[in-house]
Amino acid sequence: MWAFIKKEFFHIFRDYRSMVILFGMPIVQVLLFGFAITNEINDAQIAILDHSKDVVTRELTQKIVSSNYFLLVENLESNNQIEAEFKKGDIKQVVIFESGFARKLEKEGKASIQLLLDASEPNTANMLNAYTTGIINTYSMQKMINSNAVPLSIQVDSKMLFNPELKSVYMFVPGVITVLLMLVSAMMTSISITREKELGTMEALLVSPLKPIQIIIGKVTPYVLLSFINLVVILLLAKFVFLMPIRGSLVLLLAECLLFIVMALALGILISTISKTQQQAMMMSMFALMLPTILLSGFIFPIENMPLILQYISHLMPPKWFIIIIKNIMLKGVGISYFWKETLIIAFMTVFFIGMSVKKFKIRLE
Amino acid sequence: MSVNINIRNITKSFGEIQALNNVSLDIDQGELFGFIGPDGSGKTSLFRILTSLLLPDTGTVSVDGLDVVKDFKKIRNITGYMPGRFSLYADLSVEENLNFYASIFNTSVKENYDLIKDIYSHIEPFKKRKVHALSGGMKQKLALSCALVHKPSLLILDEPTTGVDAVSRMEFWELLKKMQKINITILVSTPYMDEASLCDRVALMQNGNLLAVNTPQQIIKQYKQQIFAVKTDNMHPLVADLERMNKEALVYRFGESIHVSSNAYDLELFESELKTNLSKLNHKDIRINKISPLIEDCFLALMDKNVVE
Repeated sequence: MWAFIKKEFFHIFRDYRSMVILFGMPIVQVLLFGFAITNEINDAQIAILDHSKDVVTRELTQKIVSSNYFLLVENLESNNQIEAEFKKGDIKQVVIFESGFARKLEKEGKASIQLLLDASEPNTANMLNAYTTGIINTYSMQKMINSNAVPLSIQVDSKMLFNPELKSVYMFVPGVITVLLMLVSAMMTSISITREKELGTMEALLVSPLKPIQIIIGKVTPYVLLSFINLVVILLLAKFVFLMPIRGSLVLLLAECLLFIVMALALGILISTISKTQQQAMMMSMFALMLPTILLSGFIFPIENMPLILQYISHLMPPKWFIIIIKNIMLKGVGISYFWKETLIIAFMTVFFIGMSVKKFKIRLE
Repeated sequence: MSVNINIRNITKSFGEIQALNNVSLDIDQGELFGFIGPDGSGKTSLFRILTSLLLPDTGTVSVDGLDVVKDFKKIRNITGYMPGRFSLYADLSVEENLNFYASIFNTSVKENYDLIKDIYSHIEPFKKRKVHALSGGMKQKLALSCALVHKPSLLILDEPTTGVDAVSRMEFWELLKKMQKINITILVSTPYMDEASLCDRVALMQNGNLLAVNTPQQIIKQYKQQIFAVKTDNMHPLVADLERMNKEALVYRFGESIHVSSNAYDLELFESELKTNLSKLNHKDIRINKISPLIEDCFLALMDKNVVE
């Protein structure tokens, strides 16, 4: 068995392509997700059309511009200019103050601001809207407190828990860990087993007195180790490049990840038992594992918003449960008592996949 | 140590294709037994059944009294198998391959070094070299070492000499003869008919059938026809011309000449007719020799008969 594991390591280390996939991909993916794909707003370009130009509007403009989210590029003079500005494409939002803003606020207790948004990017528009509204609400609250005019008005105060700045890294890192562990573990093992089938060496292994479980463990052990190294690299990147906190127990986090790795490996073996060629194994891992992992695990799209049928399917996706677990550990810092159910589900899936693959592993060529 | 094999009424088909058709055969202890036949004649399927890699549709096989279906684990312990495609890891070195195959059979190279010394010594100078950088002949020797390293009592070699140069082929057969002396039953398949004469006994296979099972000498002895080796100045149309002239005789290219086998009563007459007919067709420099059959001639005749029937 030791000889088998040693041989497997030789295969991996001597094939520079698999080395690149193993160690290059995690780093590139984390950096990509962390830097390029971001939901945060930084320096969105806006224009302001101030029909009033009084103390209050100037103050509000000041607040908005100094928030770091927005970059004021244009002070407009008339409504006619607005459409032309949007069509140029740089401006994402125009803030319009009505004329006599401060006076109306003084006398009638209310005044209007109109926000025009470029909704060709709906997500961005939504976020800009929320940010601006937030800034304006805060301002009017302060105003009221200062002036001691206490007409008790109820304000909706939403506060973002655990990720107060809505940092997308917090959302992506658990997702990326999941996708990568799944990909590296499942795809690499399924490919390495089918490669033996393709090259004909499986024939020689089968003729030997090796038991299926010995072949499987020999194949899998190196990948457990390598996936684990990968995991540590991702966590280090998350911690030191993106300053993501790990609030819960590190040991628990690693243990849960190990469980997930074993689950993914078992899945990889299962794939290899039903595919004949490396290509087939790769396609199966890609389509049967990657896409559901990304789409149905709640990594990018919230599960609650999916049609009911997809919600049920998502229950069958191991990554869904795993993402819940690592978010709990990393962001909330809670212990196993909060997610023993999810852990149990993954453990059960692991046992199921291992059982299936040992059973399906062919001791003959047919 | 060596084993005997009893094959009884084995049938195996893959979908429409009948790979083995009611094959029965007994192989004695310590025999060097050859399976000769073209690609697709069922040699590999038979070997895979013997090594418990495939299940037969019907029939039974016992190796040393062990059933290949029920007792496959025991059989896998005593069998050395060299698959048709070299089952070596190209990215591992010679040494690493050998050590690996030794260890999966729970043994070590040191323990059985005597057994493989004759073969392995040829490639030992290159033991650090990766397998993908070896020549065909060296790969073949390494594969044989790997199949032998656990001291099997039955050695099954599927087309070990395919794609290997003529010198290495001869060397390889000498090695097999040596193996046989240390009491191992050896089964070899090959598409090269000339190698048949090196075996103790041979089985000729075609389309899943056993056409003949005998010693090479007996197979030649049973051949009743006369063979004429024909050569002329214009070899290109010769096969077609000879076939047109002799509808019932078997005509085939053999080395540098064309063989015509005849069962005519009067061989002298047949030969002179051949000569006159060829001159009419503008062949010059006609040489016709009566030769005694080689094992290839016998096989070709048997295979031709099988196709006609």
